[in-house]
Amino acid sequence: MSDIVIKVEGLSKQYRLGQIGTGSLAHDINRLWYKLRGKEDPYLKVGEENDRTKKAESDYVWALRDVNFDIKQGEVVGIIGRNGAGKSSLLKILSRTTSPTTGQVKLKGRIASLLEVGTGFHPELSGRENIFLNGAILGMTKSEIKSKFDEIVAFSGVERYIDTPVKRYSSGMYVRLAFAVAAHLQSEILIVDEVLAVGDAEFQKKCLGKMKDVSTQQGRTVLFVSHNMGAVRGLCTMGILMQHGKVEQQGPVNNVIAKYLINPSAVFNNILKDPNDSIVIESVAFKNSAGESTQNYKIGDDLILEINYFAKDRFEQPYFWIGVESQFGSLFGANMLIDGKRPAEVNGKGTIACRFKNLPLMPQTYSVWIGARASDGRTGLTKAKEVGFFNIVSNIQDLSAAESDHAEILANDSTPVIINYEWQMPDGKTIPVNLFN
Amino acid sequence: MSKTASNTPPEHFDIVLQPQTSFFKLNLAEVWRYRDLMWLFVRRDFVAQYKQTILGPVWHVIQPLLTTLMFLFLFGKVANIPTDGIEPVLFYMSGITIWNYFSACLTNTSNTFISNAAIFGKVYFPRLVIPLSVVISNIVRFGIQFGLLLVFMIVYAFKGVPIHFNLYWLCIPILVFVMAGIGLGLGIIISSLTTKYRDLSFLLTFAVQLGMYITPVAYPLSYLEKTKYKWLIDINPLTSITEAFRFCLFGKGTIEMQGVLYSLVFMVLVIGVGTLVFNRVEKNFMDTV
Repeated sequence: MSDIVIKVEGLSKQYRLGQIGTGSLAHDINRLWYKLRGKEDPYLKVGEENDRTKKAESDYVWALRDVNFDIKQGEVVGIIGRNGAGKSSLLKILSRTTSPTTGQVKLKGRIASLLEVGTGFHPELSGRENIFLNGAILGMTKSEIKSKFDEIVAFSGVERYIDTPVKRYSSGMYVRLAFAVAAHLQSEILIVDEVLAVGDAEFQKKCLGKMKDVSTQQGRTVLFVSHNMGAVRGLCTMGILMQHGKVEQQGPVNNVIAKYLINPSAVFNNILKDPNDSIVIESVAFKNSAGESTQNYKIGDDLILEINYFAKDRFEQPYFWIGVESQFGSLFGANMLIDGKRPAEVNGKGTIACRFKNLPLMPQTYSVWIGARASDGRTGLTKAKEVGFFNIVSNIQDLSAAESDHAEILANDSTPVIINYEWQMPDGKTIPVNLFN
Repeated sequence: MSKTASNTPPEHFDIVLQPQTSFFKLNLAEVWRYRDLMWLFVRRDFVAQYKQTILGPVWHVIQPLLTTLMFLFLFGKVANIPTDGIEPVLFYMSGITIWNYFSACLTNTSNTFISNAAIFGKVYFPRLVIPLSVVISNIVRFGIQFGLLLVFMIVYAFKGVPIHFNLYWLCIPILVFVMAGIGLGLGIIISSLTTKYRDLSFLLTFAVQLGMYITPVAYPLSYLEKTKYKWLIDINPLTSITEAFRFCLFGKGTIEMQGVLYSLVFMVLVIGVGTLVFNRVEKNFMDTV
């Protein structure tokens, strides 16, 4: 008896492109005609692989094509991939909101999804009523919710407002309450998709901690979809990399993330262009001190970020900021609101670059966030967004006297910043350590 | 993540997700498991509907009262249509009460998929829970309007119109049940079809209006006894229910056993077809909606 709880076999999902409605009646009739003659559905044969960047040549596209994998009980699996790689389609099928076109998924136990928080929250109902409603929608019975009620309220931290209609809640409170309900679900499998984008840092930490608890202590299985490689790395043990609707790689999370990040294409270019921004970020280049584009650096290297922007208007003295995050959270940054240096104006296309000198960082993966504000320091011109990743790839053993493999493994999980220090040994000897010089 | 050896015995999995399963695979046990959710939806419908209105649930009473007044003027005074010897106010009000229940069940279940697309797209629960909760929450509304009708019957009793309280009253729940069943059945068929062809929802508003005129709501069945449109009224399965409802209450009008039976068969049929179609659509409707 194996302990596989999710078994995905030959899973495919086909979508029709373009407008549904025009011509669909004709296709339906054609389909029926084939079916009546006992032939295979003619539209299942057509369809292209799922690649956003190529122009479609047929009306049908395969969001998922022949996906196979197994997940064992208690594993926390990170599903990563570019936008449009098929992650969401996979989760939709797993959470049973749509069914596969071909293939099958076998599940053990109840499955609950947290695809988007606040599902079924009714704005007019109070927090208390919504806990019951939301819990029931997610598959809990009334008595289950009752027994968990106090725990849910305590976890959400909105005790004071529990009898207020949720339409009066701030978006943060809303998310807290919604996540609290979902986190206390009694399901054996939990699906989490990008929920952590909202809520403050303290709550995000709480959520990640809760998810870790759910898997390690209660033996439940978690599927986690996120673009935040730090969070994926910190939380997951296994990873699945999706590309063009297929599983590109699966295995230990570090290997999968590495594969994803090596991907030479400009991964983020299309995600960046947020049309709502006043200053649109067109692309961000990661370069080393030799001016070469790369995402891999050594300890002590310089990191140069070149931000190519398009300002829709003329903005005087805007503030730009760059933040670097590790799997543990914000680490350091460059912020014009703090250093007071800023461009005289931006208008139309332009480039702004920042050079971080001598990165004192452990061999881990770091993500970069950027944003911009107007000269008043408040109005957002570019919404904060994650623009890419870089890796520190130095071998820690090359820098230290440590011989065991432990050093390498620990470096992956340790505090990310390296500073120089001195040991004072029991025999009175002073030993300076300069991992970083 | 391991590859299972090919010689391991077949394992038990609780849920298997596959493309279209059998047409006749109904999972009523699952609906039963979600009964708590159904009650919460009923509560939500009721509580949320009248938040931020001044009169609140009083609207349940005002609406049939105004319609009765309108009928009294239009059909009674202007068109001079007789009411089978039943006090006109009670006649119209009883017709409106049972008709309102039907039309509410039909129109509110017919948009199940479209108005709940947001929630259906995120989480799975048996979709049938929604239309069932609609029918139940409308029973509460029916109860209020029926109460209003009883109040008026008592008022008229003091004016010398005696209440015919008899064994037939026991049939009323059955009639209401059949009414609900037809509304639900037609509603879920329409809701299944509208996921792909939205045109139907426009037709429905019109059909419900038309339906009221070919059902003896504002006139007694006897009024059309000799006209050439009689067949149209006869094939309408709601006709016998409405007439029987009045007969039970007032002891006047027509009640035909085969008519009620016809309605019952019709109900079983639309519910049967409805659940099958609904069951088929609920799996993939997120891709077309």
